[in-house]
Amino acid sequence: MNTIDHHWQRFTLKQKLSRYAVYLVLVIAFVQSIQSVEVIPEFLLDAPEQMADMFSRMWPIDFAYYPVAVHDAMVETLNIATLGTLITLIFAIPLALMNASNIVNSAWCHWISRFFLVSSRSVNSLVWALLFVSIFGPGVIAGVLAIAFRSIGFVGKLLGEAIEEVNMGSIEALKATGASWMSILLKGYWPQVLPAFFSIVLFRWDINVRESAVLGLVGAGGIGVVLDDSMNLFQWDRVAMSLLAIFVIVILAEIVVVNIRKRLI
Amino acid sequence: MSVTQNTAERSNFLEIRNLKKEYTAGNPILKGIDINITEPGIVAIIGPSGTGKSTLLRCINRLIDPTDGQILFDDADLCLAKGAQLRKLRRQVGMVFQEYNLVERLTVIENVLTGRLGYMSAWQAWRRKFSQEDINTAFELLDAVGLTEHAKKRADSLSGGQRQRVGIARAVMQNPRILLADEPTSSLDPKTAVEIMELLERFSAEKNIPALVNIHDVKLASRFAKRMIGMSNGIVVYDGPPEGITDEHLKQIYGGESWLV
Repeated sequence: MNTIDHHWQRFTLKQKLSRYAVYLVLVIAFVQSIQSVEVIPEFLLDAPEQMADMFSRMWPIDFAYYPVAVHDAMVETLNIATLGTLITLIFAIPLALMNASNIVNSAWCHWISRFFLVSSRSVNSLVWALLFVSIFGPGVIAGVLAIAFRSIGFVGKLLGEAIEEVNMGSIEALKATGASWMSILLKGYWPQVLPAFFSIVLFRWDINVRESAVLGLVGAGGIGVVLDDSMNLFQWDRVAMSLLAIFVIVILAEIVVVNIRKRLI
Repeated sequence: MSVTQNTAERSNFLEIRNLKKEYTAGNPILKGIDINITEPGIVAIIGPSGTGKSTLLRCINRLIDPTDGQILFDDADLCLAKGAQLRKLRRQVGMVFQEYNLVERLTVIENVLTGRLGYMSAWQAWRRKFSQEDINTAFELLDAVGLTEHAKKRADSLSGGQRQRVGIARAVMQNPRILLADEPTSSLDPKTAVEIMELLERFSAEKNIPALVNIHDVKLASRFAKRMIGMSNGIVVYDGPPEGITDEHLKQIYGGESWLV
C-alpha cells in the first residue's frame, strides 16, 4: 500500500521570517533600553540600606495626624474621584454612541469621536492636572477636571465597544415594531449595555480614587497635597499615615466595586 | 394616515409588484417578485436557503431597503416611506424571528409591551408609561400563549419554544394588519414547531389578518398554509394552494430529487 505524505506547516516561510524578525526587534529593543537607562550600580547596591532607613523613619506611624489633616484631604480625594467620574459621563456617553459603528454609520463621526477619545487618553492625568492648575489655579476644580478629562477616553472607548457587542437581533426586532430611534436606544441598547456600563464606570471610579490621590503632588487638591507637604518637610511618619490612608481607601473602593458589580450582572 | 378601514372590507392586504433587491450591483437576490395577498390566513413561503426568502420579508417592513419595485400596504408604497411615516407603517407589520430576538435582559411582560413602542414617545418608553389598556392586552396575550406565570421572569430564563411564544405575543401586541414570520420554527423541536404554527394560525384567524411565514419544512407548511409560495433563485416558481404542489414543483424549487422520499 502506498501512502502519500501530506505536507502541512502551521506557518508559511514568509510568516516564519516575519515572526523571527519580531523576536529580533524585541531583543534589540531590550538591550538598547538597558543601555540608555544607565543604571548606576552603586545606587542599585545601596538601595536596600536606603529603604531600611526610610522605613525606620516612617515608623511609628503618626496616627494623631489623621484627624488633623489626612481625613479632610481623603474626603476631598474621594470627592474629586467621584465628581470627576460623573463629569466624564457627560462627554463619554455621546462620544461612545458616535464611536459605535452599529449606531452611527458615518466615517466622519467615527473619526471625530476617535480624535477626542484618543486625545483624552494620550495625556496623563498628572499632565491634565498641570494644565488645569495653570488655568483655574491650584485646588479641587483642577483635580476634578483632570480626572474627568483623562477618563473620557477610557470610558468612551470601552462603552463604545460594549455597544458594538449588543445583540443586533433584538435591535432589529424593535425597529420592526416601528419604534423611534430614541426608543430603540432606551429599550434595545440600554438594557443590553447596562451591566457593562456600570462595570466600566465603577472600574474607572476605582482607578480615579487612586489617581486623584497623587494629583495633589501638582497642586490639584486631595490627599496628594498632604503627602507632598509631609515629604517636603521630611515628616516620614506623616507620609506613612497618608500612604496608609490611601491604601485603606483603595481596598475599600475595591470591595465596594466588586459587591455592586456582583449584584448588577 | 388614511382613514381606518374595516379589515373585512379590505380587498387586499399587501401587494408586492416587481420587487427587486441587489446587495451588490448586478447580482440580484430578488429578481422581480409579484405577490398579491388578498386573504387572511397563513401564506407559507418555501424555498432553499439563500434564495431570498428572508430578504423578501425584510423588504416588506423595510429592515432591508429594496432596490426596485413597489410594496403597496395600507394605501401607501412602503418602498417610498421615510421617517415617521415608515415607522407608522412598520408598527402595523408584526414580525416574528427565527432567533426570537427578544431583549433578553428585560422581563417577559416588558418584551411583550415593547410591541407598543411604535405607538409611544421615547420619553414614555423610558418611564415605562404603558397605558392600562396596553398592559391588560399584554397580559391577555401572555395568557393566550400560555406564559402567564412567566410574566415577571427575565426573557433569557425561558426555553426556545417559550421565547418564540413571547416573540409572537410581541408581534400581535402591535395590533398588526399583517404578520411576518422568518423561519419561526427552524430552531425548535418538531412538537414545539407545530405549536408555534398553531399559534400563528390562531392569531391570524382571530385578527383576520394574513401571516407570511418563511419555512423550510414543506410538510409543516402544507399542513397550516392556505396558500404556498415556492421561491427559487430569487423568483416565485409556485403560487397556489398547498394541494397543488407536486414533486415536480419541489424538484424545481429545491433542485435534485434524492431528498424526496
